[in-house]
Amino acid sequence: MRYIEPHAHMVSRVTDDYVHMVTAGCAAVCEPAFWAGFDRSSAAGFYDYFRQLTEHEPKRAAKFGLPHYCWLCINPKESEDTQLADEVLALIPSFLDQPTVLGIGEIGLNKNSRNEIQVLEKHVDLAARHGQLVLVHTPHLEDKLKGTRLILDVIKNESRLAPGRVIIDHVEEHTVKLVLDTGMWAGMTLYPESKCSPARAVDMVEVYGGERIWMNCACDWGVSDPLAVPKTALEMRKRGHSAAAIDRLIYQNPARFLGQCPKFKLPAD
Amino acid sequence: MTRSQILDLYFVDARHKLIDLAAFLDRWERAEGGEDFRMAAFRRALQELAGGPGDRAERVLLAFSDPTTEPIPAATTKAACGAWPGAH
Repeated sequence: MRYIEPHAHMVSRVTDDYVHMVTAGCAAVCEPAFWAGFDRSSAAGFYDYFRQLTEHEPKRAAKFGLPHYCWLCINPKESEDTQLADEVLALIPSFLDQPTVLGIGEIGLNKNSRNEIQVLEKHVDLAARHGQLVLVHTPHLEDKLKGTRLILDVIKNESRLAPGRVIIDHVEEHTVKLVLDTGMWAGMTLYPESKCSPARAVDMVEVYGGERIWMNCACDWGVSDPLAVPKTALEMRKRGHSAAAIDRLIYQNPARFLGQCPKFKLPAD
Repeated sequence: MTRSQILDLYFVDARHKLIDLAAFLDRWERAEGGEDFRMAAFRRALQELAGGPGDRAERVLLAFSDPTTEPIPAATTKAACGAWPGAH
């Protein structure tokens, strides 16, 4: 089995996780910029984080033969402070030409506030001006439905962004159709306690098809499982999905979306 | 998959989760304290669980969701609690 992990916060994980992922068939890992679990005190903290994502982490993954890519942004959890957000947004263009930067993400909303929307709009404008792919985080739990609707409105209003170059992550049963109907991609995040279980994710694939869907573990510093994608492949096998269908969903689909950025290369390419 | 195959694959797991839910409700009732908007949302979700066929997972999620459309003035917390307080 082979798979691509399109969303994992590896800076929060131990090296053994790389070993386990590669052993399970991981062919590439992509790391969106994220909240550190605490608020960074200045834009300088983000500068260091972006260097970690673009310089240090690819080297750590390369020790296991695993290509590591990243996405850059200020996460919506830190977007309430618009002055800090503006300072971080100003840093991003100087990193966009780095060889492993795939786009802008994970942007989006957290509590659906006015400031968060303002910062989301600025990220979307940045992505459009620089021709970047976009990876969007949707809010948690009770805030997800409203946040997904607000996010889709912001992106649909940006005519320079083609829907097929945007992935809306963390969809669940009440948001997946909203996303797919826009022509954007949908990401299913497999978490032990929230978002999607493997069984529910496979249910949604069976109901809506797997044309513009990827699956990810979004493992970070919290309760999460870096092997959630291959475990979901096992769920599909238990239900009788073919090896080809599994490969399409967990390898070819993310390769198709990420391959829209010419910097994304797989080892066999 | 046939219904029989789905039961073979998932029935014991679903039974286990259902009993966990029942035990959670018993635990909450035994404890001291008052009503809470999260439990009100939970009861609405349970009604959806026992309701008509199809889209139960979506309807349960909607029972916990903020249905409003206007952005809030400012985020005062980063965390979500699992249920929309405004429905209570």
